[in-house]
Amino acid sequence: MSGRPRYALEGVNISKRFGHLRALEGVSLRLRRGSFHALLGENGAGKSTLVKCIMGYHRPSEGQFLIDEQEQSIDNPHEAHRLGIGMVYQHFTLIPNMSVAENLVLARPCLPARIDWRAETRRLREKLDALPFQVPLDAAINSLSAGEKQKVEILKQLTLDCRILILDEPTSVLTPDEADEVLGRIKAMTRETDLSVLIITHKFREVMHYADEVTVLRKGRAAGTTTVAGTTPAALAGMMLGCDPKRMPSTRREVAVREQVLDLERLTVLDDNGEPAVRGLSLSVAGGEIVGIAGVSGNGQRELVQALCGQRDIGAGCMRVQAERFRATREEIRRHHFRCLPEEPLRNACVPGMTIAENLALREFDRAPYARCGGWLNRAAIGARAAALIERFSVSPPVPAMPIGQLSGGNVQRAVLARELSGDVSVLIVANPCFGLDFAAVAEVRERIMSARNQGAAVLLVSEDLEEILELADRLLVMAGGRLVYETTPAAADLTLIGQHMAGH
Amino acid sequence: MRLLEPLLIPLAALVVSLLLFGVFVALAGHNPLQVYHSIYRGAFGSWFSWQNTLVRASPLMLTAMCTALPARVGLIVIGGEGAVVVGALAAALVGIGLNGVFAPVAVIGLMLLAAMACGGLWVAAVGALRHYRGVNETISSLLFNYIAIAILNFLVIGPLRDPASLNKPASVPIGSDNMIGNIAESSVHWGLAYGLLACLTLWLVVRRSTMGFAMDVIGGNPRAAYLAGLPVGRLVILACLLGGAAAGVAGMLEVAAVHGRLSSSVNAGYGYAGILVAFLARHNPLAIIPVALLLGGIRASGGLLQRSHDLPDATVLVLQGIIFLVILASESLYGRTPLSQRPGVTR
Ligand SMILES: Nc1ncnc2c1ncn2[C@@H]1O[C@H](COP(=O)(O)OP(=O)(O)OP(=O)(O)O)[C@@H](O)[C@H]1O
Ligand SMILES: [Mg+2]
Repeated sequence: MSGRPRYALEGVNISKRFGHLRALEGVSLRLRRGSFHALLGENGAGKSTLVKCIMGYHRPSEGQFLIDEQEQSIDNPHEAHRLGIGMVYQHFTLIPNMSVAENLVLARPCLPARIDWRAETRRLREKLDALPFQVPLDAAINSLSAGEKQKVEILKQLTLDCRILILDEPTSVLTPDEADEVLGRIKAMTRETDLSVLIITHKFREVMHYADEVTVLRKGRAAGTTTVAGTTPAALAGMMLGCDPKRMPSTRREVAVREQVLDLERLTVLDDNGEPAVRGLSLSVAGGEIVGIAGVSGNGQRELVQALCGQRDIGAGCMRVQAERFRATREEIRRHHFRCLPEEPLRNACVPGMTIAENLALREFDRAPYARCGGWLNRAAIGARAAALIERFSVSPPVPAMPIGQLSGGNVQRAVLARELSGDVSVLIVANPCFGLDFAAVAEVRERIMSARNQGAAVLLVSEDLEEILELADRLLVMAGGRLVYETTPAAADLTLIGQHMAGH
Repeated sequence: MRLLEPLLIPLAALVVSLLLFGVFVALAGHNPLQVYHSIYRGAFGSWFSWQNTLVRASPLMLTAMCTALPARVGLIVIGGEGAVVVGALAAALVGIGLNGVFAPVAVIGLMLLAAMACGGLWVAAVGALRHYRGVNETISSLLFNYIAIAILNFLVIGPLRDPASLNKPASVPIGSDNMIGNIAESSVHWGLAYGLLACLTLWLVVRRSTMGFAMDVIGGNPRAAYLAGLPVGRLVILACLLGGAAAGVAGMLEVAAVHGRLSSSVNAGYGYAGILVAFLARHNPLAIIPVALLLGGIRASGGLLQRSHDLPDATVLVLQGIIFLVILASESLYGRTPLSQRPGVTR
């Protein structure tokens, strides 16, 4: 036993500074060999930064890494691969129109100039037979569900013979069932082989079910490491925040509903290939109610939200806001106080290279006092408003002049909330607002959506998280195949029935 | 600190280009150091060479805008040459047609307007094709160049040809009264003022106006622009229109300040060199001024290289080409240098 190192990976006193910002401050982490280790922390706590240091994307300002108890300097991702460290990112990195086998082969470093596909596929099959996941090798990536894609991403790392697997929020795109399957299999592998896993997640359920140990980061420092057996979700939450979490339940108030705030009439929207993704969908949302649309992703929800937000042309049918035809021009958006929180806000609602202040000004920059004398920017006013909003919505770090692309995921969402929900809101379109947010941020976002409703906004909430819809919505609709196929209220909801309709039966 | 990156990367690229050019010169059997020195002398060594440089820099400032402004809304337009030619054509037609009809000031003003309108519409068409029909703007603007040049050649050989122009076909002159003169006693024409004015005005528009802000949003993420309800199509076309109008003025200068008539010489490659200027200046209208001076200087030194080193005139074009390649290659460095690891103010 003496030759077998106990720890697959150790980080000793890792610090990482971005200029004056201390993203990590003397963090130590020990990943026991063959263990399943969770990394928890609030948005912006430095989790991604830590794993990026391990992968050689960032150089730590201080500290060392030990792999198998040998000190190693990891200067770039290649070096990390060579040391047997593989990482699965939050976003898919597969080539959509190639097959699973092609994707797996192409991931190999040092490919020969001419690829012998037959031999490669044979070798791949042999390797896969020993691994717990089964995926159809010939299927094209874009025909796979999110869960299957995630499996391919993980297989990609495993076929590269990695012994340390790092997963950055691997389950945020998966349904709970898919997440259970993927995590269960990986967990089994850590038992059977000497694979060690470091997983970032915001879901306590996953930590409690699958992890052996958990390390909590708080504001760039290690708040502690414990075994999962010896802790509870409440204790972990306390560790993350540094105090006892105060629950702020979203309170639904009785409000007078206003009819005809948002009406969709036989709306048809085409997808990127020109096929109808939304098929003759009719729906109306009254002021003071939240209508939730549930469904398995890929059933037209994305196209619907894009069309409502003005990012995609409406193929046929029409959209009315407060009984007037709505085409998402700037003037109409303003007159009707129309607001959107699309999913992946950095990609869909922000300009990553522009500053936080500029992004916060996106809706208002051409109006007084931010614009003067018919078209000149008043940057001082823009900056002052940004500072106020940053303070009110606690965006961190509070630096208006920082490019928004450098914020952590949760803080980007806060900044977008600040922009969309400050001021009057009559219509609010929301899509998957809590992807990748920590529990405190989730509560905060839901609270803000609820309070927009309580103030009379018509809210359309499109979410893949059924629990979220059951918590927030006044009415629940199920979308499948581009149509609304079922309607119920959360109070009367029958989960089996909803599930059947989601599956398209 | 991030402010440094857009400065240091192009500077480093310039140094690398000069080194590569040195290798080329050495292979051609010359001493690179002496050649560097001659380039310096030919560009900035004396008042005489400064004047040469300034004359070449002014059209570059204008043509660079034709790439820089569309780039701000995310389009890579290389149609400056076409806009120059169209602008020259429009100016020449107005100048010839109105010669003696109106006072010279009015004729010059009308030539300017015509060149701006035609150059602007020419490139606006590229933007419209891109926005409404999805035609790749880089390819269409390149093809538009060929069309413009073909029209020019057709006109100067055919309908517009002055029978008196024997060895080199050209139109009749626009009249010496209608020419734009030189600044004071120098040999630098007033086009320099046009170029500087265009750079400063467009810089203000880009940095300080709501329109410039909206354009940056479109260039940075069109999805966010649609979300905010910005008139994306209109702004894309407007950016192309303004860029084309600036390049059109460069064409007008070729006619009204340099040649005095329309000939195939108006198509002198300023449009293409403008692309390089825009990329070196990172599409910032203010940075275009010094970069245009630098490139103007390099082009001005061609004559001296020929005289003192017996190197062909086109040698400076080799240098220009090397710079372009290195600049394009260096684009991938942004955000990856140690400098970009610090948060802080951008732009
Ligand atoms: N390239 C960068 N430049 C400057 N600051 C950065 C950079 N990357 C991250 N940061 C900052 O470092 C801090 C930690 O960010 P990190 O992305 O590691 O958070 P996280 O714990 O992964 O959060 P989330 O759960 O939201 O993904 C944040 O304050 C973020 O703004
Ligand atoms: Mg993260």
